[in-house]
Amino acid sequence: MAVERLFKDEATEEKGERARMASFVGAMAIADLVKTTLGPKGMDKILQSTGRGHSVTVTNDGATILKSLHIDNPAAKVLIDISKVQDDEVGDGTTSVVVLAGELLREAEKLVGSKIHPMTVISGYRMAAECARSALLDRVMDNKDDADKFRLDLMRIAMTTLSSKILSQDKEHFAKLAVDAVMRLKGSTNLESIQIIKKAGGSLKDSFLDEGFILDKKIGLGQPKRIENANILVANTAMDTDKVKIYGARVRVDSMSKVAQIEGAEKEKMREKVQKIIGHGINCFVNRQLIYNFPEELFADAGILAIEHADFDGIERLALVTGGEIASTFDNPESVKLGHCKLIEEIMIGEDRLIHFSGVEMGQACTIVLRGASFHVLDEAERSLHDALCVLSQTVNDSRVLLGGGWPEMVMAKAVDELARKTPGKKSHAIEAFSRALLAIPTTIADNAGLDSAELIAQLRAEHHKEESNAGIDVITGSVGDMAELGISEAFKVKQAVLLSATEAAEMILRVDEIITCAPRRREDRM
Amino acid sequence: MALAFDEYGRPFIILREQESKSRLRGLDAQKSNIAAGVAVSRILRTSLGPKGMDKMLQSPDGDITITNDGATILEQMDVDNQIGKLMVELSRSQDYEIGDGTTGVVVMAGALLEQAERLLERGIHPIRVAEGFEISSRIAVDHLEQIAHKFDFSATNIEPLVQTCMTTLSSKIVNRCKRSLAEIAVKGVMAVADLERKDVNLDLIKVEGKVGGKLEDTELIYGIIVDKDMSHPQMPKQIEDAKIAILTCPFEPPKPKTKHKVDIDTVEKFQTLREQEKKYFDDMVQRCKDVGATLVICQWGFDDEANHLLMHRNLPAVRWVGGVELELIAIATGGRIVPRFQELTPEKLGKAGLVREKAFGTTKDRMLYIEHCANSKAVTVFIRGGNKMMIEETKRSIHDALCVARNLIRNNSIVYGGGAAEISCSIAVEAAADKYPGVEQYAIRAFADALDSVPMALAENSGLQPIETVSAVKAQQIKENNPCCGIDCNDAGTNDMREQNVFETLIGKQQQILLATQVVKMILKIDDVISPSEY
Repeated sequence: MAVERLFKDEATEEKGERARMASFVGAMAIADLVKTTLGPKGMDKILQSTGRGHSVTVTNDGATILKSLHIDNPAAKVLIDISKVQDDEVGDGTTSVVVLAGELLREAEKLVGSKIHPMTVISGYRMAAECARSALLDRVMDNKDDADKFRLDLMRIAMTTLSSKILSQDKEHFAKLAVDAVMRLKGSTNLESIQIIKKAGGSLKDSFLDEGFILDKKIGLGQPKRIENANILVANTAMDTDKVKIYGARVRVDSMSKVAQIEGAEKEKMREKVQKIIGHGINCFVNRQLIYNFPEELFADAGILAIEHADFDGIERLALVTGGEIASTFDNPESVKLGHCKLIEEIMIGEDRLIHFSGVEMGQACTIVLRGASFHVLDEAERSLHDALCVLSQTVNDSRVLLGGGWPEMVMAKAVDELARKTPGKKSHAIEAFSRALLAIPTTIADNAGLDSAELIAQLRAEHHKEESNAGIDVITGSVGDMAELGISEAFKVKQAVLLSATEAAEMILRVDEIITCAPRRREDRM
Repeated sequence: MALAFDEYGRPFIILREQESKSRLRGLDAQKSNIAAGVAVSRILRTSLGPKGMDKMLQSPDGDITITNDGATILEQMDVDNQIGKLMVELSRSQDYEIGDGTTGVVVMAGALLEQAERLLERGIHPIRVAEGFEISSRIAVDHLEQIAHKFDFSATNIEPLVQTCMTTLSSKIVNRCKRSLAEIAVKGVMAVADLERKDVNLDLIKVEGKVGGKLEDTELIYGIIVDKDMSHPQMPKQIEDAKIAILTCPFEPPKPKTKHKVDIDTVEKFQTLREQEKKYFDDMVQRCKDVGATLVICQWGFDDEANHLLMHRNLPAVRWVGGVELELIAIATGGRIVPRFQELTPEKLGKAGLVREKAFGTTKDRMLYIEHCANSKAVTVFIRGGNKMMIEETKRSIHDALCVARNLIRNNSIVYGGGAAEISCSIAVEAAADKYPGVEQYAIRAFADALDSVPMALAENSGLQPIETVSAVKAQQIKENNPCCGIDCNDAGTNDMREQNVFETLIGKQQQILLATQVVKMILKIDDVISPSEY
């Protein structure tokens, strides 16, 4: 007797082959979607949001594209999630990870179609991934001890990362910017201390790295525009009306004169506060919150530069560069650490006036000013630069480097192929499939560049058959080239993360044999 | 019909609005209930065992869960059928009581229902069937007791525990690193276990996950991890030999619970109030400093001024720490939770060897590690993994492994896994059946058949010939009188589970059989289903 209804209305259930099919199709669709953005000659996508304004983004960053998609297919969501994690963890390779996972599933589909159990496929994939990883480990280069070489490595990695983005025209310029910025961090991965300011106008080439610190704020009226040997107090305090914080306090008076008195007392209080601040012996005061006219006037009288409403990140960075501490009380001027810098001045970038702190004590933070023709260009440039910065900061910590241009995939594919030959049983089919999936990445790079991928990959394979080959795809000339000579490098950490998370995701999707979708929660139509 | 007539021949209503209700009675009701139960168990059947598959569940909000944990699957699917819900409950109670075997119990119940249906068709009364099942479940449980082995472990020899946890983990997606995860689970449980009382408080083990990295980076930390960072960006990121003040009062001006108003009507009052406010902040911070604290952990927020004062006095602080975490920190560091600044004394401070802030990845995710605590009786399992679903599934798997380890500490009897215990019980029940006169005999035989269904599902999922394999194993068990023969799911070449080191806990297995029988009895007793129709 059939059960009429087991689930709630609208809840659906897909079983066995159908479920597997649904997840394969979904995952491959996502992979195909971002596939064309891979490699130096990959194309961009335009994304239009459905929200108000229909704002437009032009990008070829895999994570950004996938994040903006509304997807209903559960397996596709898994891929989007790994791309997001890749972005958070290493910052680059967001497209590769999705493409690799998609290819692994495509190969798996064929195997499952020829009646190999998914579990067998999984165990084959696992062996292959482990083997591929150790193959990469064998071939890594580590130049940590040699500062010059290491810097060169970083330059190369940055250029490789940037070459697939909008910045590829000026990649040397930007690679230098990124490497300089990251080297200043001295090993910390805190990218917040690198500030990126975007100003439309000029060309991308006009972008520059400023060793000091630029605050996107205006100087208060009637205050000095230029200060040498500045002592800076960085504060987070209310400079509007200093409220009494004790609960339930309120003012109740019975005559107008008393109101005036209290107002006077309030003003007096503010004046005292300002006096205390001035008592620190400063000539520049930066506050996170608003500064009202009255205290601003007092500061102007004392010849102190007062900057209001600097945002939170700005304050933190400023404190970091100038070496001051963020203060909220001002009773002990002797023990508050002040920040110092050689020169504060107002500078013009394009049409905007900004405040520039130069000659700062601690060299950790810096500012990159991006110039470009339009906001879309600037946004994309920021994303690209962010990718490069992420990769570099991770590489500073884990200095192992690989060659690029499809070289790592070829090395892995070769090792995996050898493993397949040695492994008895059905697993060897899965291992072979893994190596085919790995080859899909150089194939895609070549395809996107309009090259004859079949020919190139065959040549590459032949090259790699020799020991210690450095061959990879040279997209510019459209032939097989020596990657070490061409100076194309990639970070080991990125490749490893791509390999492991793609395998993990493929494994997860393969294990599924049933999809149960609950009824979607009712929502008011907000359209 | 739910219609009766009174002495004057007028009809009166027993069941209100009966035309708008659907109603099933008698054998139809039982059959439809059985069909529903079997349908639920069939969903889970393919998830059983080391080669079982996963299910992908999409929640009403579109979030994805991928799991093969029976309890989680059932909980997340939108079951509407009443009997279906009973099965969900069944799996949940196994989860609460034992923590593992949530899939097995549902498969078992489904098999029993299938057998019962056949008996009902032959005209055996449902109550007789239920009684027969009850008798056989008792036989099976007693038999399990006989074939169970005690096994020895101690704080230094945890190998047997690790082996058992590995059996649990081998059916999950994490089986790639089951060895290391099993060790983490066992070490974690051993750290908090009270071996004298044979009890483990699993609340002391915190399972925390963070996406990124790889599964192999999962670690056991003898201390606490809090997903928070220091309240002021310039506070030190590492504190050695920390003395921790654990506060549940905010660093803010007091808010008396009774309603009050402070009226300000003169300038003097305004000024005194100001002075007081300043003093108040100062006092709070000074008090923490005076008792010798080097780290303040607070459940509430700080005022900007207080924050700076703390920073100024070189007193790092963490704010907005949740209540549960606060308790764990208190347990781990041996401190007391202090609700008022006045009650802060040096004895109430917690101690930790090292407190550090660690950053992850390229975003500004930071976590606070509190390690080398005075009292190591609180540990954290910190899971890393490629994506969110992986982390969630690993959390569930670790939970199962922790439960298994705890059960073993409570009761160190084990039975052999891989279907060996079920087959052995099936033989015992079958043999006992002939001794019972009456109709129950048939029910008891049916129970024995139902017991076979678990190893059968195992064999099926592993790609073996189910009937052939199970009958071969059964024959072997009888011939060699060896209750350790089971299904060789991993193609290891032997079906002696003792050699493969596949163990399960005795109480887990017993509970499975008892719970499944109970639910089936309940379902069999229903002979009338009245449900409101669609509206």
